[in-house]
Amino acid sequence: MDRRRSLPDVLAGGILILIGGAFVAGALGYDRGTPLRMGPGYFPLAAGAIVAALGLAIAVKGLVAGEQITFGTIPWRAVAVLSFAVVFFGFFVRRLGFVPTSLVTALLATLASRHVRPLTAVAVAAGLTAAATLIFVVGLQLRIPWF
Amino acid sequence: MDLFDNLMLGFSTAFLIQNVLYCFLGVLLGTAVGVLPGIGPTATVAMLLPITFNFEPVTALIMLAGIYYGAQYGGSTTAILINLPGESSAAVTALDGHEMARQGRAGPALAAAAVGSFFAGTVATVVLAVAAPPLADVALRFGPAEYFSLVLFGLIVSITLARGSALKALAMIALGVLLGTVGQDIYTGTPRFTLGQRELFGGIDFVSVAVGMFGIAEILRNLENERTRVALVGAVGSLWPTAEDRRRIVGPILRGTGLGAALGVLPGGGHVLASFTSYAVEKRISKRPQEFGHGAIEGVAGPESANNAAAQTSFIPLLTLGLPAHPVMALMVGAFIVHGITPGPNVINDEPALFWGLIASMWIGNVLLVLLNLPLIGIWVRMLRIPYQVLFPMIVLFAVIGTYSLNFNAYDVYAIAFFGLLGYVLIKCGCEPAPLLLGFVLGPLLEENLRRALIISRGDASVLVTRPISAVLLALAVAALAVAVLPSIRRRREVVFAEDE
Repeated sequence: MDRRRSLPDVLAGGILILIGGAFVAGALGYDRGTPLRMGPGYFPLAAGAIVAALGLAIAVKGLVAGEQITFGTIPWRAVAVLSFAVVFFGFFVRRLGFVPTSLVTALLATLASRHVRPLTAVAVAAGLTAAATLIFVVGLQLRIPWF
Repeated sequence: MDLFDNLMLGFSTAFLIQNVLYCFLGVLLGTAVGVLPGIGPTATVAMLLPITFNFEPVTALIMLAGIYYGAQYGGSTTAILINLPGESSAAVTALDGHEMARQGRAGPALAAAAVGSFFAGTVATVVLAVAAPPLADVALRFGPAEYFSLVLFGLIVSITLARGSALKALAMIALGVLLGTVGQDIYTGTPRFTLGQRELFGGIDFVSVAVGMFGIAEILRNLENERTRVALVGAVGSLWPTAEDRRRIVGPILRGTGLGAALGVLPGGGHVLASFTSYAVEKRISKRPQEFGHGAIEGVAGPESANNAAAQTSFIPLLTLGLPAHPVMALMVGAFIVHGITPGPNVINDEPALFWGLIASMWIGNVLLVLLNLPLIGIWVRMLRIPYQVLFPMIVLFAVIGTYSLNFNAYDVYAIAFFGLLGYVLIKCGCEPAPLLLGFVLGPLLEENLRRALIISRGDASVLVTRPISAVLLALAVAALAVAVLPSIRRRREVVFAEDE
C-alpha cells in the first residue's frame, strides 16, 4: 500500500485535537478532586487529554506515513439541506405542530437529492407526512399537537 | 433438568400471542432493512426504540432483537441478487453468492444461506442458553474494580476487530468516552460541558448519536454519487439445491456455526469477523479452492451460518455482563433501562421470564425468518425497486420524529444534525463510527466504576491489579492492544479484511 502524506488523516487528527482540547479547557473549570475522591473534572480531563494526544498522533502520522484514503466529493447540497431539515424539525415542532413541521421537513429532505422532480418531491413529502401522522400521532398517541 | 425448565418458561413466554406477533414484526422489519442498502439495523432500532416504550419489556426486547438478527438474514439476499451487501457482514456472501446468481443459480444460493442461517441460529440459541447462566454467576461476584477492567478490556478488544487503522479506532473510542461525560456528574451533580443549557443536563442521548452517525451520515455517503439502482434482478428459479449442493454445504455450515458462535461473543463486530474468517477457512480447506469467487456454494453457506450464529451469541455479553458488543446492543441497553431493568447478571434471576423468553424468541424468530425468506423471496426482490429518493427522506423524517418523542427535547434533534455532520466527516477520514458509539455508551460505566473502586479502596489505585479477576482482565486488555498495534498481526488482519474490497 502506498503510504505518504494524507490529508484526511491530518483533518481527522485536527478535529480530535480540537474536541479533546475544548473538553480539557472546560474540565479545568471543574473541581478535579483527589484520586481518592475524584471530582467531576478528573475523568473528563484525562479522557480529553487522551483524545487530543491520539489526534496529534494521527495528524503527525498523516503527515509522514498516512493511510491513502480517497476523500471523494462532498454533496454540499445534501449536507446543507439535510442539516437544515433536522434542525427545522427540532425548532418548529412545538411551535407549528406536528403535521406542518413534518411536511416541511420531509419536503426539505427530498430536495437533498439532485435528481428529484418538484412534483415527485411534493408527492413523497405528502405521503410520508400522512404515514408519519398515522403511525406516530394516531397509532402511538404521541403527545404532540397536530397543528 | 434446569435448562429444560428454563427453556419451557422461555417458550411459554415467547409463545404468547403478542410476543409472537412482535417477534414477527421485528424479523420482518429486520429483513426489510437488511435487504435495503443504505439503512442498517442500528439506525432502525434507534428510530423504533421510542415506539417500544409502551410495550411490555419482554415484548419490546423480543422485537428489537428480531430486527437485529433479521437484518443479518436479509443482508444476504441483496448480496446474492444484486451484489450489494445490505449489511457489512454480508460482503463476503456477495463474492460467491452473486456469482452463483449470475450463473442462474440464485435459488440454491438463497436456500443455502437460509438453511445455514437457520441451523446456525438454532445451535447458537442453545449455546446462549447454556453459556449465559454460569457466566452471569461469575459476573455477580464482580466489584467495581472488576467492572472497570472488564469495560476497558471490552473496549480495547473492539479495536482489534474494527476495520482500518487501529489508532483511529482507539481515538474514536476515546472520543466516545469523552462525549459520554456531557451532563450532570453522577456523584456531585455538577453540570459538565452543558454550555449552560438546561436541556443538556441529562447528557447527550445515545439515540441521537446513533441516528446521526448511522442514519444521517450514511445517507450523505449514499448521496455522494447518486445513480439509479440497477434492477438487474431476474426471476429467481428453483430454490431447491441439487444433491451435490446439499452434500457440499453440510461441512461449511457446521464449521461456520462453530466459528460464529465463538467469535460473536467478542465486542465490536464479531459477526463481521466471523463471516470473513469462515470464508477464509472454507477456501483453505476446500479441495477446489479455484472455484471460490466463481460461485462456490461453500462460500455462501459457511459465512452466512457464521454471521447468523454470531448475531445470536453476541447477546451473551449483554445478558450476562450488561456490556453491549455491538451498537445495536448498546441501544438495547437503553431499552432495558427505560423499562427499569439494569442489564447485567441480575436479569437472569430477577426477570427469568424476560431472560428465557428473549432466548426462546430467537429460535421462533429463526423459524419465522426461514418462512419469510424462502417462500416470500419475490416480495423482497420487488422491494429493491423502491427508489432511494423515497427511502432516504423517510429515514430522515422517522428519525427526527422518533428521537424527538424520546424526551420531547429539541436538543436531542439538534444533536442528530451535529453527530450526522461529525460522523460524516470522520467516516470520510477513515474513522469508523461503531467504536465511538460503544465508547459513548460504556464511558459513563468506566468512570462510575473507576471512581467507586477508588472510593472503596481509599484511593489506592493498586486495587485494579491486586484483585485477581481485574488483573487478568487488564493483562488481557494490554495483550489485545499489543495485538492491535503490532505490525505483523496487523498485516494479517488487513489480508482478512482485504477480500471484501
